[in-house]
Amino acid sequence: MDCCGGGTVLLYSCSGAADVGCIADKVARILSKEKVGRMTCLAGVGARLSGFIASAQGADRNIVIDGCPVACAQKGLEAIGVTPEVYNLANYGCKKGETPVNEEFIEEIALRIKEDINCQSVSARIIEEDEGSGGCSCGNC
Amino acid sequence: MKKFEILGTGCPKCNMLQNLTEQAAKELGLQYEMKKVTDIKQIMNYGVMITPALVVDGQVKVAGKVPTLDEIKKLIQ
Repeated sequence: MDCCGGGTVLLYSCSGAADVGCIADKVARILSKEKVGRMTCLAGVGARLSGFIASAQGADRNIVIDGCPVACAQKGLEAIGVTPEVYNLANYGCKKGETPVNEEFIEEIALRIKEDINCQSVSARIIEEDEGSGGCSCGNC
Repeated sequence: MKKFEILGTGCPKCNMLQNLTEQAAKELGLQYEMKKVTDIKQIMNYGVMITPALVVDGQVKVAGKVPTLDEIKKLIQ
Protein backbone atom coordinates (compact mmCIF):
# COMPACT_ATOMS: atom_id res chain seq x y z
CA MET A 1 0.00 0.00 0.00
CA ASP A 2 1.49 3.29 -1.09
CA CYS A 3 0.47 6.29 0.98
CA CYS A 4 1.23 9.84 0.02
CA GLY A 5 4.79 9.14 -1.06
CA GLY A 6 4.33 9.66 -4.77
CA GLY A 7 6.09 7.72 -7.48
CA THR A 8 3.55 4.92 -7.32
CA VAL A 9 4.23 2.16 -9.83
CA LEU A 10 1.57 -0.50 -10.39
CA LEU A 11 2.26 -3.76 -12.20
CA TYR A 12 -0.28 -5.77 -14.18
CA SER A 13 0.09 -9.09 -15.93
CA CYS A 14 -2.21 -10.60 -18.54
CA SER A 15 -1.90 -13.90 -16.59
CA GLY A 16 -3.56 -15.63 -19.53
CA ALA A 17 -4.18 -19.33 -20.00
CA ALA A 18 -1.33 -19.92 -22.46
CA ASP A 19 2.29 -20.64 -21.60
CA VAL A 20 3.20 -17.00 -22.22
CA GLY A 21 0.36 -15.86 -19.92
CA CYS A 22 1.82 -18.01 -17.16
CA ILE A 23 5.30 -16.59 -17.78
CA ALA A 24 3.94 -13.02 -17.78
CA ASP A 25 2.29 -13.69 -14.43
CA LYS A 26 5.43 -15.12 -12.86
CA VAL A 27 7.58 -12.30 -14.25
CA ALA A 28 5.22 -9.71 -12.75
CA ARG A 29 5.39 -11.47 -9.37
CA ILE A 30 9.19 -11.44 -9.46
CA LEU A 31 9.21 -7.72 -10.33
CA SER A 32 6.74 -7.04 -7.53
CA LYS A 33 8.87 -9.00 -5.06
CA GLU A 34 11.91 -7.00 -6.17
CA LYS A 35 9.93 -3.80 -5.58
CA VAL A 36 10.05 -2.61 -9.18
CA GLY A 37 6.37 -1.87 -8.57
CA ARG A 38 3.34 -3.31 -6.83
CA MET A 39 1.45 -6.04 -8.62
CA THR A 40 -2.29 -5.56 -8.73
CA CYS A 41 -5.20 -7.36 -10.40
CA LEU A 42 -5.96 -6.90 -14.05
CA ALA A 43 -9.17 -8.84 -13.41
CA GLY A 44 -10.31 -6.04 -11.09
CA VAL A 45 -9.80 -3.56 -13.89
CA GLY A 46 -11.63 -5.85 -16.32
CA ALA A 47 -14.53 -6.14 -13.91
CA ARG A 48 -14.64 -2.35 -13.72
CA LEU A 49 -14.30 -2.36 -9.94
CA SER A 50 -13.99 1.24 -8.85
CA GLY A 51 -11.01 0.78 -6.52
CA PHE A 52 -8.85 -0.77 -9.21
CA ILE A 53 -9.84 1.86 -11.76
CA ALA A 54 -9.19 4.77 -9.38
CA SER A 55 -5.83 3.25 -8.40
CA ALA A 56 -4.75 2.91 -12.04
CA GLN A 57 -5.84 6.47 -12.74
CA GLY A 58 -4.03 7.75 -9.66
CA ALA A 59 -0.76 5.86 -10.13
CA ASP A 60 2.30 7.61 -11.52
CA ARG A 61 3.17 4.64 -13.71
CA ASN A 62 1.18 1.62 -14.81
CA ILE A 63 3.36 -1.15 -16.19
CA VAL A 64 1.85 -4.11 -18.01
CA ILE A 65 3.44 -7.43 -18.85
CA ASP A 66 1.56 -8.98 -21.75
CA GLY A 67 2.21 -12.51 -22.92
CA CYS A 68 1.34 -12.18 -26.60
CA PRO A 69 0.45 -9.63 -29.28
CA VAL A 70 -3.26 -9.79 -28.39
CA ALA A 71 -2.18 -7.44 -25.57
CA CYS A 72 -5.14 -7.94 -23.22
CA ALA A 73 -3.49 -6.18 -20.28
CA GLN A 74 -2.57 -3.15 -22.36
CA LYS A 75 -6.04 -2.95 -23.89
CA GLY A 76 -7.72 -3.48 -20.52
CA LEU A 77 -6.02 -0.39 -19.13
CA GLU A 78 -6.53 1.65 -22.28
CA ALA A 79 -10.24 0.84 -22.04
CA ILE A 80 -10.41 2.79 -18.77
CA GLY A 81 -8.48 5.72 -20.19
CA VAL A 82 -5.07 4.80 -18.81
CA THR A 83 -2.02 4.59 -21.07
CA PRO A 84 0.37 2.01 -19.63
CA GLU A 85 4.02 1.24 -20.25
CA VAL A 86 3.93 -2.03 -22.14
CA TYR A 87 6.36 -4.94 -22.03
CA ASN A 88 5.12 -7.65 -24.36
CA LEU A 89 6.81 -11.06 -24.18
CA ALA A 90 6.52 -11.35 -27.96
CA ASN A 91 9.26 -8.73 -28.07
CA TYR A 92 11.42 -10.92 -25.84
CA GLY A 93 11.37 -13.90 -28.18
CA CYS A 94 8.40 -15.71 -26.60
CA LYS A 95 5.96 -17.44 -28.93
CA LYS A 96 2.54 -18.51 -27.72
CA GLY A 97 2.30 -22.28 -27.39
CA GLU A 98 6.01 -22.79 -28.02
CA THR A 99 7.65 -21.32 -24.94
CA PRO A 100 8.89 -23.48 -22.07
CA VAL A 101 7.63 -22.48 -18.64
CA ASN A 102 10.66 -23.03 -16.44
CA GLU A 103 12.18 -21.02 -13.63
CA GLU A 104 15.49 -20.31 -15.37
CA PHE A 105 13.80 -18.85 -18.43
CA ILE A 106 11.34 -16.84 -16.31
CA GLU A 107 14.20 -15.35 -14.27
CA GLU A 108 16.01 -14.40 -17.47
CA ILE A 109 12.95 -12.66 -18.94
CA ALA A 110 12.27 -10.89 -15.62
CA LEU A 111 15.83 -9.57 -15.55
CA ARG A 112 15.60 -8.28 -19.12
CA ILE A 113 12.28 -6.56 -18.50
CA LYS A 114 13.55 -5.08 -15.24
CA GLU A 115 16.52 -3.58 -17.11
CA ASP A 116 14.19 -2.15 -19.74
CA ILE A 117 11.90 -0.67 -17.06
CA ASN A 118 14.87 0.95 -15.33
CA CYS A 119 16.12 2.26 -18.67
CA GLN A 120 12.69 3.76 -19.34
CA SER A 121 12.74 5.42 -15.90
CA VAL A 122 16.08 7.07 -16.60
CA SER A 123 14.84 8.32 -19.99
CA ALA A 124 11.72 9.76 -18.40
CA ARG A 125 13.77 11.59 -15.77
CA ILE A 126 16.07 13.06 -18.42
CA ILE A 127 13.06 14.28 -20.43
CA GLU A 128 11.51 15.83 -17.30
CA GLU A 129 14.76 17.58 -16.45
CA ASP A 130 15.07 18.91 -20.00
CA GLU A 131 11.50 20.20 -19.93
CA GLY A 132 12.10 21.76 -16.55
CA SER A 133 15.16 23.66 -17.68
CA GLY A 134 13.60 24.72 -20.97
CA GLY A 135 16.88 24.05 -22.69
CA CYS A 136 18.80 21.18 -24.18
CA SER A 137 20.82 20.32 -21.07
CA CYS A 138 23.97 21.79 -22.60
CA GLY A 139 24.19 24.31 -19.79
CA ASN A 140 24.26 27.26 -22.14
CA CYS A 141 20.58 27.52 -23.07
CA MET B 1 -27.88 10.67 3.25
CA LYS B 2 -24.53 10.33 1.46
CA LYS B 3 -21.96 7.96 2.86
CA PHE B 4 -18.34 9.05 2.56
CA GLU B 5 -15.34 6.95 3.45
CA ILE B 6 -11.77 8.21 3.55
CA LEU B 7 -9.30 5.38 3.01
CA GLY B 8 -5.82 5.91 4.38
CA THR B 9 -3.54 5.33 7.28
CA GLY B 10 -3.95 8.79 8.77
CA CYS B 11 -1.28 10.77 6.96
CA PRO B 12 -1.59 14.53 6.30
CA LYS B 13 -3.01 13.98 2.80
CA CYS B 14 -5.70 11.67 4.20
CA ASN B 15 -6.68 14.36 6.69
CA MET B 16 -6.65 16.98 3.95
CA LEU B 17 -8.96 14.85 1.80
CA GLN B 18 -11.34 14.40 4.72
CA ASN B 19 -11.40 18.12 5.52
CA LEU B 20 -11.99 19.10 1.90
CA THR B 21 -14.74 16.51 1.48
CA GLU B 22 -16.51 17.79 4.58
CA GLN B 23 -16.16 21.36 3.35
CA ALA B 24 -17.50 20.42 -0.08
CA ALA B 25 -20.47 18.56 1.43
CA LYS B 26 -21.32 21.48 3.69
CA GLU B 27 -21.10 24.01 0.86
CA LEU B 28 -23.39 21.80 -1.24
CA GLY B 29 -25.79 21.40 1.66
CA LEU B 30 -25.51 17.62 1.62
CA GLN B 31 -26.43 15.42 4.53
CA TYR B 32 -23.64 12.92 5.01
CA GLU B 33 -22.01 10.34 7.15
CA MET B 34 -18.22 10.27 7.29
CA LYS B 35 -16.10 7.28 8.15
CA LYS B 36 -12.31 6.90 8.21
CA VAL B 37 -10.94 3.52 7.21
CA THR B 38 -7.36 3.01 8.36
CA ASP B 39 -7.11 -0.78 8.36
CA ILE B 40 -4.97 -1.89 5.42
CA LYS B 41 -6.94 -5.10 4.89
CA GLN B 42 -10.21 -3.20 4.71
CA ILE B 43 -8.65 -0.72 2.29
CA MET B 44 -7.37 -3.55 0.09
CA ASN B 45 -10.89 -4.99 -0.03
CA TYR B 46 -11.87 -1.98 -2.11
CA GLY B 47 -9.13 -2.85 -4.60
CA VAL B 48 -7.38 0.37 -3.68
CA MET B 49 -3.59 0.22 -4.06
CA ILE B 50 -2.77 3.83 -3.27
CA THR B 51 -4.10 6.20 -0.67
CA PRO B 52 -5.64 8.53 0.21
CA ALA B 53 -8.87 7.45 -1.45
CA LEU B 54 -12.41 8.77 -1.36
CA VAL B 55 -15.36 6.40 -1.43
CA VAL B 56 -18.85 7.75 -2.06
CA ASP B 57 -21.75 5.40 -1.42
CA GLY B 58 -19.51 2.38 -1.87
CA GLN B 59 -17.81 3.57 -5.08
CA VAL B 60 -14.15 4.58 -5.06
CA LYS B 61 -14.06 7.96 -6.75
CA VAL B 62 -10.40 8.83 -6.48
CA ALA B 63 -7.20 7.23 -5.19
CA GLY B 64 -3.64 8.40 -4.72
CA LYS B 65 -4.29 12.12 -4.83
CA VAL B 66 -6.19 14.93 -3.18
CA PRO B 67 -8.51 16.62 -5.68
CA THR B 68 -9.38 20.30 -5.45
CA LEU B 69 -12.50 21.45 -3.61
CA ASP B 70 -14.34 21.95 -6.90
CA GLU B 71 -13.34 18.51 -8.14
CA ILE B 72 -14.56 16.93 -4.91
CA LYS B 73 -17.89 18.71 -5.26
CA LYS B 74 -18.37 17.06 -8.65
CA LEU B 75 -17.38 13.67 -7.25
CA ILE B 76 -19.76 13.67 -4.31
CA GLN B 77 -22.93 15.04 -5.86
